Amino acid sequence: MAFLKKYISDVLGAARSLLKGMRLTGYYFTHHKEIITQQYPDNREEMKLPERFRGEVVMLHDARNEHACTGCTACELACPNGTIKIITKFETTPEGKKKKALDTFIYHLELCTMCNLCIEACPTDAIKMAQNFEHSVYDRSKLTKKLNNPGSKIREGVE
Amino acid sequence: MIEELGTTEQGDLVINLGPQHPSTHGVLHLVITLSGETIRKVEPHLGYIHRSIEKMCESLSYRQFIYVTSRMDYLSSHINNHGCALCVEKGLQIEIPERAKVIRVLMDELTRLASHQLWWGAMAMDVGALTPFFHAFRERESINDIMEETCGARLTMNYMVPGGVMADIHPNFQKKVKEFVRYFNTKIDEYDELVTDNIIFKSRMKGIGYLSPESAVSYGCTGPTARGSGVSCDIRKLYPYEVYGRVSFEEVIDGGGDCFARYNVRMQEMRQSVSIIEQLIDNIPEGEFQAKTKAVLKLPKGEFYSRVETARGEFGVYIISEGGTTPYRIKFRSPGFSNLSALDHMARGHKIGDLVAIMGTLDLVIPDIDR
Repeated sequence: MAFLKKYISDVLGAARSLLKGMRLTGYYFTHHKEIITQQYPDNREEMKLPERFRGEVVMLHDARNEHACTGCTACELACPNGTIKIITKFETTPEGKKKKALDTFIYHLELCTMCNLCIEACPTDAIKMAQNFEHSVYDRSKLTKKLNNPGSKIREGVE
Repeated sequence: MIEELGTTEQGDLVINLGPQHPSTHGVLHLVITLSGETIRKVEPHLGYIHRSIEKMCESLSYRQFIYVTSRMDYLSSHINNHGCALCVEKGLQIEIPERAKVIRVLMDELTRLASHQLWWGAMAMDVGALTPFFHAFRERESINDIMEETCGARLTMNYMVPGGVMADIHPNFQKKVKEFVRYFNTKIDEYDELVTDNIIFKSRMKGIGYLSPESAVSYGCTGPTARGSGVSCDIRKLYPYEVYGRVSFEEVIDGGGDCFARYNVRMQEMRQSVSIIEQLIDNIPEGEFQAKTKAVLKLPKGEFYSRVETARGEFGVYIISEGGTTPYRIKFRSPGFSNLSALDHMARGHKIGDLVAIMGTLDLVIPDIDR
C-alpha cells in the first residue's frame, strides 16, 4: 500500500513539475510584449550603437581637410597584428626647415581585431573607432584602406 | 593508444563523436568505445583549434598579449584578461587605483553571469530542452549591451590593461547594471521553475557522472566541477585578489558529486554573483581608473605567477621574463583542459546518452582546452 501511495505521489509530483514549466512557456506565448527580438536588417535606421563600439579605425578630418596625425608611428608599434602601416615624408616648412609628416596611413581592416590599443597609444587623438560594422565586400583588396583624405595636411599647432 | 574505428576483438564498438557535432560545442573529438549502449572508454582527441597562443604571446609586448587571451575562453574573456593584467602588475610592482579594482570585479562578475547563463541554456539544450536557450540568451543580451556600452565590444573586450582598465565606466553603467540586477532577480526564479524542478531533467541528472572529491583533486579539476564534488577551490575565497576579500559572498559547495550537484553549484553561483554586484555597484570609489605606467613596459628578470577564478575554474598565468619588452615564455593554466581529463572517469559505465549530459555539466569551451 505504501508503495502505491509513493508511486501515485511521484506521478502527481512529476506532472506538477511539468505543468509548472509549461505555465511559463504559456505565459510567454500569450504575452508578446516580452518578445525582445530585433529585426536587424529592417531596423537599420533606428538601430543605434553605443558611441564606444569598436567597428573600424578612422582618421578624423575637420572642415578644412586637416588631420592631427604627426606620423609618429605610435599606433603602428602598439598594434599586435601589423594592421597599421604608416608612410612618412619630409616636408619643408616656410622657415626652410625639413619636417617629418604623414604621407599615407594604411589600415588593413582584414587584420584588425578591434582591440583599441592604437587609439590608446595615439598622443594626438588623430584616430578613433567608428561604429560602422557592416564590412563585407566582394573583393578583399577593398579592405585595405587609406585613412588620410587625399590632399589633407596636418592641423596647425599639432606637434 | 589511438583506437581503430570499428569493432574491437572483445566485440566492442569504437565510434567517433565530433569534431563536427553540435553537442560538443565546438571541435572536440571524442573516440568512444561502446559495449552495446554502455560506455567503456572515452578518449578526447585535441588539437583541432590549436592556435599556439602561448608561442604567439612570446613575440608580443606586455600590453599586446592580453588581447589574445580573450580568444581562449571566449565566454569569460574579461577574467582571462584580468589574470594576465594581474601577472604583469605583479612583475611591475604597481598598485592599481581602488576605482579600477572595483570596476574590474564588477566586470568579472557580469562576465561570470553571462557565461553561466549561456551554459545553462546550452546545458538544457544538450539534454533535450530547447526553450531555455532562448530564455538564457534574452538575459545575456542585456549583459552584452552593458559591456558594449562601457568596453566597446560584446565578447572579446580587451578592457583590462596593465595598471587598471582601458576607459572609465560609461555614465549609464550604474543605472543599467541596477536595472539588470532587478530584472535578473525575477528571471533566475524562472530558470529554476523551467528546468531545475523539471522531473525529466532531474532524472537525467541525478546519479549521473559521479566524481569523488579524491578523483576531482587528482584530475586537477577546479571551479564548479570540483565544487560539485565537495572540494573547496574558489580562488576568490582562498587567495582573494582585488576587492574579493572585502565583499561578502559564499563559496558554493555541493557534495553530491553528480551532474545535478555541478548544475546546482552553477545556479547558486549566479545568485552569489548577483549579490557581489549588488554590494559593489553603489560603492565605486572616485578617482583614477588607471595607474600611471610607462609607455613601454619591461618586466624585471624573474618568474611571475598569478591566478584568477574564471567561470570554469582556476586560470593561471605564468610569465618568465628575461628583462626585455616581451616575455621569454608564457604558460596558461586553463581550467577546461583539466576538467576534460576527468570526462573518461565520469562517463565509464554510463549510457551514451548520458555522455552529453556529463559534458554539458563540465561546461567545456574548446578554444580554452586547445589554446
